[in-house]
Amino acid sequence: MWKYEKKLQYPVKIKKPDARMAQVIISQLGGPDGELAASLRYLNQRYAMPYSEVTGLLTDIGTEELAHVEMISAMLYQLTKDLSIDEIKKAGFDKYFVDHTLGIYPQSAAGVPFTAAYFQSKGDPITDLTENMAAEQKARSTYDNILRLADDPDVKDAIRFLRQREIVHFQRFGEGLRIVQDNLNAKNFYACNPAFNRKCGRRPRM
Amino acid sequence: MNEKNALMKVIKQYDFALYELNLYLDTHPKCMNALAYFKKYQDLRRKAVDEYTQKYGPITADQTNTDEGWKWTNAPWPWQKEDD
Repeated sequence: MWKYEKKLQYPVKIKKPDARMAQVIISQLGGPDGELAASLRYLNQRYAMPYSEVTGLLTDIGTEELAHVEMISAMLYQLTKDLSIDEIKKAGFDKYFVDHTLGIYPQSAAGVPFTAAYFQSKGDPITDLTENMAAEQKARSTYDNILRLADDPDVKDAIRFLRQREIVHFQRFGEGLRIVQDNLNAKNFYACNPAFNRKCGRRPRM
Repeated sequence: MNEKNALMKVIKQYDFALYELNLYLDTHPKCMNALAYFKKYQDLRRKAVDEYTQKYGPITADQTNTDEGWKWTNAPWPWQKEDD
């Protein structure tokens, strides 16, 4: 089970509203490589992970991603707070505004609502961890693009923190994949699926 | 039921009481009766969690006693059926 802690993982203090910036940053909330997809990906994959330390890693990173969902939402909140109708129209934010006013809704920058089709839970530890490594790099690329589009140092500071976390998670998932492979047949990692086949690998599954 | 599971069952009961009170207090923040109940279960939970984590390891990673190494990722996970 989970408990909420009333704090952000890293401070978000944006002084200048910027609805145009909010419209691209929203992709890291509900877009294809966003934090919500990341959290649900890892938390759903946990059950098919036969090696306990990697189950722990999926739990811990999946939990951290929820804190990133909150950080992105805090940025969206601050970037769109107290906007006038004129500012909303000028920034092209009217298309979001008509459906959500200034509420936070998970969608991509292009306006596509969040969907679970953004992630997989394949029931195969090698497949899942390989997807996770790619997902962390895709999110890192998205943050690189946000940094290319951003001018405000307050925005860039929080985005840089989130970008760094993608790199750390990529590294840890790589180590998780190594742990899984170390438990399999060194000549053929794919000889069996340790999440499905009862006798597979050097270490029995949990 | 073994002693470990029995103690966890008690913690779950205290937690549930605290959650119910939490929701109730969210909409009745001035209810002195509910606050008194909350305090009672806070104390009971704290003692039970201290005993559990000392004997069987952490429920949250930050409760880790580093003298015992990193037990956080040890199986079983809560969704895995364990013999009572």
